[in-house]
Amino acid sequence: MRRLVQALLLACAWGAAGPARAQAPSADGSEIYRQICQACHMKGGTGAIGAGKVPALAHNARLAVAAYPATIVAQGHGGMPWFSDILSPAQIASVVNYVRTHFGNHYQDALDAQTVEAMLGPRKVDDH
Amino acid sequence: MTTGQTAFTRRDMLRAIGLIAGAGAMYQAMTALGHAAESQFTGAPDLSGAPRGAKVVVLGAGLAGLLAAYELERAGYEVQVLEYQNRPGGRNWTLRGGDTYTELGGATQTVRFAPGNYLNPGPWRISHHHRAILHYCRAFNVRLEPFIQFNNNAFVHSTHAFGGRPQRYRDVAADFHGNVASLLATAVNTGGLDHAVTQDDRERLLEALKGWGTLDDSLTYRKGLHVSGQRSYARPPGAGADGAPLPSDLLPFHDVLDPVVWKSMKFFTSYDMQPTMFQPVGGMDMIGKAFASRLPHQITLNAKVTGIAQDEKGVTVRWADTRSAEMHETKADWCVCTLPLTILSQIDIQVSAAKKAAISAVPYASHAKVGLEFRRRFWEEDEAIYGGISFTDQEIALVSYPNDNFHAAGPAVLLGAFALGRGGYDLAGMTPEERIEAALKQGEKIHPQYRKEFLSGASVAWSRVPWMLGCRARWSEADRAAHYQNLVSMEGRIVLAGDHASYMAGWQEGALLSSLDAIRQLHHRATAV
Repeated sequence: MRRLVQALLLACAWGAAGPARAQAPSADGSEIYRQICQACHMKGGTGAIGAGKVPALAHNARLAVAAYPATIVAQGHGGMPWFSDILSPAQIASVVNYVRTHFGNHYQDALDAQTVEAMLGPRKVDDH
Repeated sequence: MTTGQTAFTRRDMLRAIGLIAGAGAMYQAMTALGHAAESQFTGAPDLSGAPRGAKVVVLGAGLAGLLAAYELERAGYEVQVLEYQNRPGGRNWTLRGGDTYTELGGATQTVRFAPGNYLNPGPWRISHHHRAILHYCRAFNVRLEPFIQFNNNAFVHSTHAFGGRPQRYRDVAADFHGNVASLLATAVNTGGLDHAVTQDDRERLLEALKGWGTLDDSLTYRKGLHVSGQRSYARPPGAGADGAPLPSDLLPFHDVLDPVVWKSMKFFTSYDMQPTMFQPVGGMDMIGKAFASRLPHQITLNAKVTGIAQDEKGVTVRWADTRSAEMHETKADWCVCTLPLTILSQIDIQVSAAKKAAISAVPYASHAKVGLEFRRRFWEEDEAIYGGISFTDQEIALVSYPNDNFHAAGPAVLLGAFALGRGGYDLAGMTPEERIEAALKQGEKIHPQYRKEFLSGASVAWSRVPWMLGCRARWSEADRAAHYQNLVSMEGRIVLAGDHASYMAGWQEGALLSSLDAIRQLHHRATAV
């Protein structure tokens, strides 16, 4: 919870820095996917292509090792932000487990919160 | 006041310092002379002595690219701009009735706003200390009008306080100040601050708290006409037999401590948000259009950059025409690359591993805006809200009212959502229709007139903007320390620019300051040989 509050205090240069308070985040993997991941990875995990591309999560062999997507969700990668400030380790585990068992992915080994906790890395903080 | 030829003016001195020691030193000197201090803008760049026939390819026709092209062309460089979209301007963008917009995933919206109404999906306000963009607005005769950032009569809304009923900002702010002042005064009087404040300053502090917090003689914040003069009245002052004002009830202190209250107060006094702020009359894209109209032959639209190579002789940019898929090559002596890092990190670019690491290190935030058009200006007619912002703790984050055409009859557009963080992702993951429904459902908790007066809406979720994949760079402290200098330094014949290469990500001023720095570096290198 403290992390969450911290994240919401960060000023946003583009100007909204408004006092929006997040609604209680869901613990359910499919809900988290809908509320967060789908913004870029699209419904069904199809990804998308414009001037650049958002990788598809559907039928994605790179999801074979759970640590890979979990680390990316926690720490970010390229244009994708880190989510360790708005998702708890349990939520990260939950959404990674969801993606790895949906959209044509069939990886049955589930992550738990303790394992994700170890993957968080140094905590990232917006610099102003 | 002398006009003699030998007079060495302050301006001459600054120019001399700038020429000899560079812009940084000039800025220091300006600060010492009482100028500037609020912006690192030191004036239009001096790019005299450009090598004859030198060619620059500029990638991206957002404000950074447009400024680079405009100033380099003026200085005598031959300039070609490559732009992915079918319009110049980048995030300097305005949606009006009749415009269509297709986002990632294929959802297409046709905006149905009445003539004159608009939504600025990206930047929408300009600070008085954003001197670079104000400089170009003045130079190009882009008309500005006030952006009414702060409005005491706008609402503050929390789903967790005041029974969910919106409150006027002036009431919650006055009650916050008054209660805090009274508590602090009590702490002073009961010796709680004796260790921290001298006897003399304790008296001064008590006097300040009593005045600032409108406390009574017992240092209590209490309902009364003096307090109402700082917030509002149950019956405001009038005339005639019933002209006497009646004081208003105070709000419960527990509710006044809701975070939406102090966050609103803090927002309006933050450096970036302090009035005076401006907006271009008729839409933010007036600025991009003003730049583009001065580059009538230099901009190639529908050009998707696929590769950027360099050697000791020049730069080669490969690009595809997005309509024909035909491949092209543009050769130049120098390159100013303003592509967003979300895109550039996916393009083959011939730079060092350190610069590539910097390009790949910076993620982008997701913001989403929804513009809503209503039959009438009920916020003005029913609630006396003229411009400004109401904040809420719901995902829409705010409702922002039009700052122009007060009292006009007919439809008007307000900003019905500017969602950030979790809310930004949530709205982005919806269809355009779902976003409008979310904006209506949350907004009607502040304005019950919403459903009755609603006409149409339009939304832009930046993570689904095909040419951005996000709205603005998010620099972490660690990434800034590791990568920022590598990102902004010119390497060979290529220099990067854009708001991501500044300490003002998401602000147009950051894009312009970055571009000015980039073209100064380029010019320095081009004239050094």
